Amino acid sequence: MADSQATVVETDVQNPELRHHFADMEQQKNAASLGMWLFLVTEIMFFGGMFCAYLVYRTSHFAALAAGSQTLDIKWGAINTAVLIVSSVTVVLAINAIQFGRQKLTVAYLVITVLLGFVFLGIKSIEYTNKFEEHHVPGPGFHFTGTFDDNGKQIPVAENEVQLFFSLYFAMTGMHALHMIIGIGIMSTLAVMTWKGRFSQGYYTPIENAGLYWHLVDIIWIYLFPLLYLISRHT
Amino acid sequence: MASAAIPANSIPVAKTNYLTNGFSLKSWLLTTDHKRIAVLYLISVTLFFFLGGFFAMLIRLELLTPQGDLMQADTYNKVFTMHGMIMVFFFLIPVVPATLGNFLVPLMIGAKDLAFPRINLLSWYLYVIAGGLFLHCMLVGGVDTGWTFYTPFSTAASNTHVIEAGLAVFIAGFSSIFTGLNFIVTVHRMRAPGLTWDRLPLFIWANYATSLIMILGTPVVAITIVLVAVERLFHLGIFDPRLGGDPLLFQHLFWFYSHPAVYIMILPSMGVISELITCFSRKRIFGYKFIALSSVAIAVLGFLVWAHHMFVAGISLYAAMIFSFLTFFIGVPSAIKVFNWTATLYRGAISYTTPMLYAFGFIGLFTIGGLTGLFLATLGIDVHVTDTYFVVAHFHYVMVGGVLMGFLGGMHFWWPKISGRLYPEGWARLSALLVFVGFNLTFFPQFILGYIGMPRRYWQYPGEFQVLNVLSTAGASVLAVGYLLPMIYFLWSLRYGPIASANPWNAAGLEWQTTSPPPTFNFDETPVVTWEAYNYEEIDAHPQEVPVGR
Amino acid sequence: MAWQVDALYIYLVLVAAVMTLLIFTAVAIFAVKYRVRPGQKAHQIEGSIVLEIGWSIIPFGVMLTFFVWGAVLFFKERTPPASATEVYVVAKQWMWKIEHMEGQREINELHVPTGQNIKLIMTSQDVIHSFYVPAFRLKQDVLPGRYTTLWFKATQPGTYHLFCAEYCGTSHSGMIGNIVVMEPQQYAQWLSGGPSAPLPEAGKELFSSLGCATCHRFDVQGRGPNLTNVFNKPVLLEDGRTVIADENYVRESILSPTAKIVSGFKPVMPTFQGLVTDEQLNALVAYVKSLAQQPSGAAGAQNQSTASPTGQPKNMQVQ
Repeated sequence: MADSQATVVETDVQNPELRHHFADMEQQKNAASLGMWLFLVTEIMFFGGMFCAYLVYRTSHFAALAAGSQTLDIKWGAINTAVLIVSSVTVVLAINAIQFGRQKLTVAYLVITVLLGFVFLGIKSIEYTNKFEEHHVPGPGFHFTGTFDDNGKQIPVAENEVQLFFSLYFAMTGMHALHMIIGIGIMSTLAVMTWKGRFSQGYYTPIENAGLYWHLVDIIWIYLFPLLYLISRHT
Repeated sequence: MASAAIPANSIPVAKTNYLTNGFSLKSWLLTTDHKRIAVLYLISVTLFFFLGGFFAMLIRLELLTPQGDLMQADTYNKVFTMHGMIMVFFFLIPVVPATLGNFLVPLMIGAKDLAFPRINLLSWYLYVIAGGLFLHCMLVGGVDTGWTFYTPFSTAASNTHVIEAGLAVFIAGFSSIFTGLNFIVTVHRMRAPGLTWDRLPLFIWANYATSLIMILGTPVVAITIVLVAVERLFHLGIFDPRLGGDPLLFQHLFWFYSHPAVYIMILPSMGVISELITCFSRKRIFGYKFIALSSVAIAVLGFLVWAHHMFVAGISLYAAMIFSFLTFFIGVPSAIKVFNWTATLYRGAISYTTPMLYAFGFIGLFTIGGLTGLFLATLGIDVHVTDTYFVVAHFHYVMVGGVLMGFLGGMHFWWPKISGRLYPEGWARLSALLVFVGFNLTFFPQFILGYIGMPRRYWQYPGEFQVLNVLSTAGASVLAVGYLLPMIYFLWSLRYGPIASANPWNAAGLEWQTTSPPPTFNFDETPVVTWEAYNYEEIDAHPQEVPVGR
Repeated sequence: MAWQVDALYIYLVLVAAVMTLLIFTAVAIFAVKYRVRPGQKAHQIEGSIVLEIGWSIIPFGVMLTFFVWGAVLFFKERTPPASATEVYVVAKQWMWKIEHMEGQREINELHVPTGQNIKLIMTSQDVIHSFYVPAFRLKQDVLPGRYTTLWFKATQPGTYHLFCAEYCGTSHSGMIGNIVVMEPQQYAQWLSGGPSAPLPEAGKELFSSLGCATCHRFDVQGRGPNLTNVFNKPVLLEDGRTVIADENYVRESILSPTAKIVSGFKPVMPTFQGLVTDEQLNALVAYVKSLAQQPSGAAGAQNQSTASPTGQPKNMQVQ
């Protein structure tokens, strides 16, 4: 908690991005970063509620949730995980580029990030479509035909309990996808702004903070993937 | 120590202040000035207070007689739901942080504005949108789940506008989150030079602790409301046992926020009381560090006690015992505050101004409210009195006797700073008295009602409960007058009140070192702080001079 | 037990009154004695660690007495004696349906004899309700989808209010009734006026009409565990956990059979969710309970693949 009054840098006063209520750019940047970190904490608490619900039901309805989980396609989930990790790398590269003042390269990395985001959403829509076709979407059309044990015999599970798995699956991945869409919107906007010259070596705070947001959305997926897809797999 | 005339050598009234800096609607609706936003909030919050109060009046009128004769049962159920939702989400949570907090936090730390002024404005718009949505929900039929939205009633059995009301609360929650976020960053990054953490006014500590709760707790109720809406729309069964869900999970998620929420409500008011007691005893607070840290302790401990709302809900015996034990812990920091305030009075130089009267009232009523909380924490007693009027009395003592008294005290104290005018002291003291008397008449009988067995949320009741109900309603009418009077004389003072000097109370604090009302950018130069908080000894040693440090 | 709650309450009222009086008096005295006078200056006092610690520890100590007394009382309230008479309660919007073991049914009224431990086994058909008897100082939420219990022993004959204490919709305040406490003789008289079959018998009929007996056999090892002497005993599950077969376990086994599979058995039992009413569930639970009170000579095999018909009563553990 350093004192907020830093020595005024000569260039700061002329910096058009300096807001009037901040003494200098460093204070402004620190404030913006802290604000974004606090916002990310609220996002963690937001998703936390759903993770909590999932944990509770995993424990109390283990068989049913495991059965539901086994119908998810690990292949798509794994590809999506890789896609998101790579997209976080491109975000870091974008920030690195702007730190050296290389605006065009920054735009390129941001655009790649956005494209990877679309790939993620595309794969998610494939998965959702599959679920729809298999009648695994909760609601009146829900129908679950059960899973099979090692001898190929069908294990009966209460349909309403398995539906619980899919309710949580759609709620959690849906909320995550919504955050991805918002993230794509933000990254696209930043790409355009960078193209127009808004950011430079002296000022790129929004890109940094948006990067933090993108990383959080990535980390949330990294928790979602094993919890929803991977645990209690037999094969 | 109010001074109606402006002493010759004090700070002159500024030629333009934040109020006179632009009169168009646009200059208000697109303002990023934290003081204007505070005023916008003040107007909206007051409107909701009177709307919530209107519903309270309907409740008390219906309860005059044992039969349900004023309105139908369904209507009554909507009325108490509206009263609760409006008062909790649209009044109690924002009232002190978004009005007094928004106005004072930058001023008290010597900053020109909050860290994120545009987010501050967004926060107000979210509040207004949420409020508008909620009003619309009321107009098309309202909601009858109680402010607590318990499942499966809210997801499966209620046929009122649950989702719309839930959405309004969800949006209001974001308003709250953004305010808290703003405050934390501002306090961390924008304190004036020399203003170390241990020199901060306790009002800042209180709002800081409150903001921690806001950002950690509110998102949980947000997701809970989303899940309720989703379950209601798509019949999913997250909380409905017929579909495999667990109604207790809802309660855990709901109360995980809603208990800390009550600390969001009370902490800022406690901060106000610290300011009032010091100024009107002309003393440094007794035990500064303890009061500052107790605010943070309450914020942290507040997250550990939520299931004390669920002792009879079906949780295990051992869970109940653990939560009961933890709940007693949180009584300690609250008690410390009350003791320290009382000790501050010792050997002070006490004046009985209206703000101080509210502070006295707060100490008395919060003590009773807090002690009755201990009754509820005691398992053997809670089994009998939970879900009865005992609980209703308890939370009204701390919410109305605590939060609202603190707010009113603060409004009177800082009114000269906010408006540049003085309110009429005589009428104000009368109102304070009416509020105190009316309040006790209204809610004390409810403790008895609860212990003899009257459950809450009852539209009709057995005849033996009538006398106490009538007493309570009679008290409410006195209370109502006590609330209406300030509305009237504050508005009156805007035009006819004497013009206030920069520091009519001769109070400590940076907000008093600028004009009343302050200019848009608060200070001509950023102050440099070299003194401790509440340095009344220094201030009173140099009476009528230009305040120290300026 | 109600007087015990009152005693604790009075203790708290006294302590709270003393505390309140102390604070009020201190504030009043200081406010008057130290009111501002011309020429008088305030005397600055920073604080006192001793006082702070003192008035943290002492109140906390007092609070601990509240906690301990309250917790002990709560523990007693929540621990029904083993020999209590059971009564089933089904709450629904907006009435209380009571079923005595002997088959007697009541709506919004519960007749009980004095001097007997009564244990209520309660569930809700729809939303959360709460069974509240102010005279007994007792309350327990009644939930859909599971059982909650409340026990008491009435000592004074009379009629006492029964309220619903958890908001449940339109007629929440109309969901009231009476607990009618009678002398044992009168109660026996009242009871004999009932026509319905005792609950366990009704349960036995359902057990065969719903097809339970096909798999849960008593003569040879069937596809499902033998239910003799199962109630309230530990059960070893497939996943290694051991649980007690209480009312909630039996109810869950009927509605969500795959939630807990008994060790050594396959998950083949279909669910009866939606096929049985709450009253029927109560009857089935009462029946399974009654199987644990028989001498186990007839039952023979316990829940093991190898039968061991030793005919030992209660001491024989499952697994």
